[in-house]
Amino acid sequence: MLSNGSRRLILAHFWLAFAAFLLALVLGEWQMYIRSPLHDWISNPELYYRAVTAHGSAMAYVFPLLVAMGFGYAIAELALKQPLIGLRWAWASFGLVVLGTVTAMAPVSMGLASVLYTFYPPMIGNAFFYIGIVLVVVGSWIWVALMGINLNAWKKAHSGEPVPLPMFANVAGAYLWAWTSVGAAMEILFQILPVALGFKSTIDAGLARVFFSWTLHAIVYFWLMPTYIAFYVLVPRAIGGRLYSDAMARISFVLFLVFSMPIGMHHLFQDPQVGSGMKFMHAVFTAMVSVPTLLTIFTICASVEIAGRLRGGKGALGWIAALPWKNPMMLAVAFSFVMLGFGGAGGLINMSYQLDFVIHNTQWVTGHFHLIFGGAIVIMYFAIAYDLWPHLTGRALESVRLMRAQLWLWFIGMLVVTFPWHFVGILGMPRRMAYFDYSHPALAPQAIYVTVTFVGGLLLVASAVLFILVLVRGHLANRITLPEFRFSTPVHATTRVPVALNSFALWIALMIGLTVVNYGFPIAQLMALPQTSVPAVPSVVK
Amino acid sequence: MMETERVFSLRNVWFTASVGAVIGIAAVAALIGFIWIPLEQSNKTVAGLWDAICTAAGVPESFRQVQQSAAPIAGPSNVIVSAQMMKPADGLSIGRGAALAPQCTMCHGVRGMSHADAPNLAGQHDAAIYKQLRDFKSGHRTSAIMGALVAGLGDQDMRDLAAYFAGLPRGPEATAADARHEAPVIVRNGSPMRNIAGCTSCHGGIDIKTGSPRLDGESESYLRAQLLAFATGARHNDIYGQMRNVARQMTPEEIDTTARFFAGR
Ligand code: HEC
Ligand code: HEC
Ligand code: HEM
Ligand SMILES: [Cu+2]
Repeated sequence: MLSNGSRRLILAHFWLAFAAFLLALVLGEWQMYIRSPLHDWISNPELYYRAVTAHGSAMAYVFPLLVAMGFGYAIAELALKQPLIGLRWAWASFGLVVLGTVTAMAPVSMGLASVLYTFYPPMIGNAFFYIGIVLVVVGSWIWVALMGINLNAWKKAHSGEPVPLPMFANVAGAYLWAWTSVGAAMEILFQILPVALGFKSTIDAGLARVFFSWTLHAIVYFWLMPTYIAFYVLVPRAIGGRLYSDAMARISFVLFLVFSMPIGMHHLFQDPQVGSGMKFMHAVFTAMVSVPTLLTIFTICASVEIAGRLRGGKGALGWIAALPWKNPMMLAVAFSFVMLGFGGAGGLINMSYQLDFVIHNTQWVTGHFHLIFGGAIVIMYFAIAYDLWPHLTGRALESVRLMRAQLWLWFIGMLVVTFPWHFVGILGMPRRMAYFDYSHPALAPQAIYVTVTFVGGLLLVASAVLFILVLVRGHLANRITLPEFRFSTPVHATTRVPVALNSFALWIALMIGLTVVNYGFPIAQLMALPQTSVPAVPSVVK
Repeated sequence: MMETERVFSLRNVWFTASVGAVIGIAAVAALIGFIWIPLEQSNKTVAGLWDAICTAAGVPESFRQVQQSAAPIAGPSNVIVSAQMMKPADGLSIGRGAALAPQCTMCHGVRGMSHADAPNLAGQHDAAIYKQLRDFKSGHRTSAIMGALVAGLGDQDMRDLAAYFAGLPRGPEATAADARHEAPVIVRNGSPMRNIAGCTSCHGGIDIKTGSPRLDGESESYLRAQLLAFATGARHNDIYGQMRNVARQMTPEEIDTTARFFAGR
C-alpha cells in the first residue's frame, strides 16, 4: 500500500511526464506536417529545428526519466513494503528536474538553442540549455541514490532474504542510468559549457561525439527499463499467469547493466575519428545485448503461455485464444511485442557495418526509433500508468473500453506512422531536414508516404488525448477500498538466490571495466591529439 | 548460508564464469578487430602487426608514407584529394615542367591559353591539373586524345607539368566581390532546393575547394561539354559525385548561361 506522501510524489512525476509527452507529441505532429507536402516551404527553417530540439529533449530526456523515477518510487514502497526513505530528497530531486526543464526549454523556445537533443557540436547554443540539462541529470542522480539507499536499508533489515525482483530490476535500471549519463555530463561540463560560456572558442567535435555515444545507446536501455520491468513484474499478474523464471529475470537485468554500456560507438560507424578495431569491439558487444533481449522475449512468452493454459487454453496454439484479450495489459504487451519484433528486424540493418551505409542519417533512423521507443516502449508506459493509477488516486479506473481504444489507436497509429517513414529513408530522404521540394521529379514519389505518416500521427495525437482523458476520469471516479498491490509471482517461489544475483557489485565492476576497455583508448587518444578542435558554430544565425 | 558467500572470489562460479566470459569475448573480438581484419584487408597498406593494431585503433596515419598508387580500381578516382596533396612549387619542378610542356602546347596553347577548343591550362590550380592527368592515365576520365598522351608520364612529370601551367598567367582570380554582383543566381547562390551549392563555393569566388578547377576564362564549348558529360554520367571522375549531382539537376538553359558566364570572365 502506498503512503499518501508517496502517492503525491509519484503522481507529480507522472503528471509532469505526461504533460511533457503531450506537448512534445503535438510538436512532433507539427514537424511532420511541415515536412510533408501538405505545407509549403517554411521560410524560416530555424523554427523547425527549434521544435525538433524541444520535441527530442522532452521525449528523450524528460518524459522517460520522469516515468522511470515515478515508477521507481512506487516499486520501492510497494515491493519492499517499507515507507520510502528520503521523501524530502525525492521532492528536491523532482524540483531540480522541473527547474532544469524550464531552464533548458526557455532558450529553446526563444530560438537560442536549436541544437537538437544530441547537441550537435560544434554547434553551440545558449548556455542555459545545457545548464538546464545538467540540472535534470543531477536531479535524477538523487533518485539513483535514493533507490540504492532504500534497497540497502531493506537488505539490512532482511539479511539473507532475496531482494524482491521488482526492486532488483529497478535498482539495476537506476545504476545503469547513473553510469550512462556520465558520458553526456562530461561532454557538457568539460567541452560544451566552456564554449557556451565564452571561455573557449573551439571544440573537439569528434571527442564530443564519442562522449555522447557513451550515453546514447544505454539511454535507450534506460528508456526500456520501465517497460521490461512491467513485462516481468506486472504483466503475468495482470493477465492471471505466473512469471516463468525469477532467476532468468535477474540474469537479464544484470546483463543489460553489463552490456548496454560499452557499445555506444555503433552510432559512430561512419565517424572517421574512431578506429575500425574499436568499432568492431563495439559491434561485437552490441550483438551481446541480444542475449538478455532474447531471454526476456522467451521468459515473457512462456509466462503468457502459462496464463493461457491456466485459463483453460489447450493445444499448441489454443492458449493464445484463451488469453484475456479484453484486458488492457494483455493488449499492451502483445502490441509492444509486435512492434519490438518489427523494430528489432530494422535494428539488425542498423547494426550491420555495410548495410548501415545505405540508411545512415536518413529518415529510416527516425522511423526505426519511433517504432521501438514511441511504439514498443511507450505503449507499456501507458499500461504501467493504468495499472498503478487506482493505487495512486485511491479511486477506481473504470474506463476499460476507452483504454482498449486508446491502445489500439496507438498501435495502429504507430504502424501507419513508421512503416512509410522507414520506406522514405530507403529512398534516401535525409533526416533532420525542414523542407523537401516534392515538385522535383526525384522526390515526388516520396510525397505520398510522408502524407501517410502525417495521417498516422493524427491517430497518435488522438490516442494521447484519450490516454489523458482516462487518467483524468480516474481522478474523478468513486473512491474504493484498494486490494493490496501485488507483483507477479514466479512459478517456483523464490526462497534462495545466489549472492551474485542479489547484489550489484560484480555487475557494476564489469560494466565499468568494459567501459574502460571500449572507451579508454579512443578518449585518451582524442584528448592527446593536437589540432583536433574546430571553431564552434553559434546556433543563432539570423 | 547466503551472506557468507563471497562474490569476488575465485571459488564463486558466478564471478569466475561472468568475468571469464566477458574477458574471453573481449579478447576474441580484439584479436579479430585489431589483428586479423586489418591484416586481411587487401586495400589497407599495413606494414606489420604493430602497424595493423595502430591502424585499427585509429592512430592517425599522417606520419607514415602513404603511397599514392596508380593502379586502376573501382570508384570515381584513385587520387587522394587533400589539402596537402601538392608540394609548394619550386623552381626546379617548374623548370622540368617547362621542358615537358612542348608536348602539350600544340593543343593547349604556347602559354597555356588554347586557340583550339582544348581547355586552357594557364593559371589552372596545380591540384586540378594533377588530378585530371592522373585520372586520364588510370582511365577514370576517358579521352582518346589525353589518355594516349599521359600514358608515358610518371607521377613526378605530372606534378611538374601542373606546377608549370599553374604558374602561367590567365587573368585575375575572381574575388568574392565579383561573385556577389552580375553573376547568375545559380553561380552565386546555387539552388538549395535542388541540393546545388553555388558554383562559387567550390570553384573560387567564395571558396576554392581542393581539386575543383578554375572555370573563368575557359572556353564556352568546353565548359558546356563538361557539364553535359557530368549530367549524363559520361564523365564520372568527380569524387562522391560532387559535380554529377550538380549538373544532373541543372536545366539546359542554366548550363548555357553558366558556360557563357564563366567563359566571358
Ligand atoms: C592533341 C591535342 C592535345 C594535346 C597534345 C594535349 N592535350 Fe590535354 N587536352 C586535350 C583535350 C581535347 C582535352 C579535353 C578532354 C575532354 O574533353 O575530356 C584536354 C584536357 C586536358 C586536361 C584537363 C583540363 C581540365 O580542365 O579538366 C589537362 C589537365 C590536360 N589536357 C593537360 C595536358 C598536358 C599536360 C599535355 C601535355 C603532356 C596535354 N594535355 C596535351 C587535348 C590535348
Ligand atoms: C561541391 C563543390 C562544387 C560545386 C558546388 C560545383 N562544382 Fe564544379 N567541380 C567540382 C569539382 C571537385 C570538379 C572537378 C571534378 C574532378 O575531380 O574531376 C568540378 C568540375 C567542374 C567542371 C569541369 C571543369 C574542367 O576543367 O574539367 C565544370 C565545367 C564545373 N565543375 C562547373 C560547375 C558549375 C557551373 C557549378 C555551379 C552550377 C559547379 N561546377 C558547382 C566541384 C564543384
Ligand atoms: C512517444 C512518442 C514519440 C517519441 C518518444 C519521440 C521521440 C523523438 C526523438 C527522440 C526525436 C529525435 C530528435 C532529433 O533528431 O534530434 C524525434 C524526432 C522527430 N519526431 Fe518524434 N517522438 C514521438 C512521437 C512523434 C510523433 C507522433 C510524430 C509525428 C508523426 C513525431 C515526429 C517527429 C519528427 C518529424 C522528428 C524529426 C525528424 C527529423 O527531422 O529528422 N514524433 N522524436
Ligand atoms: Cu545504440
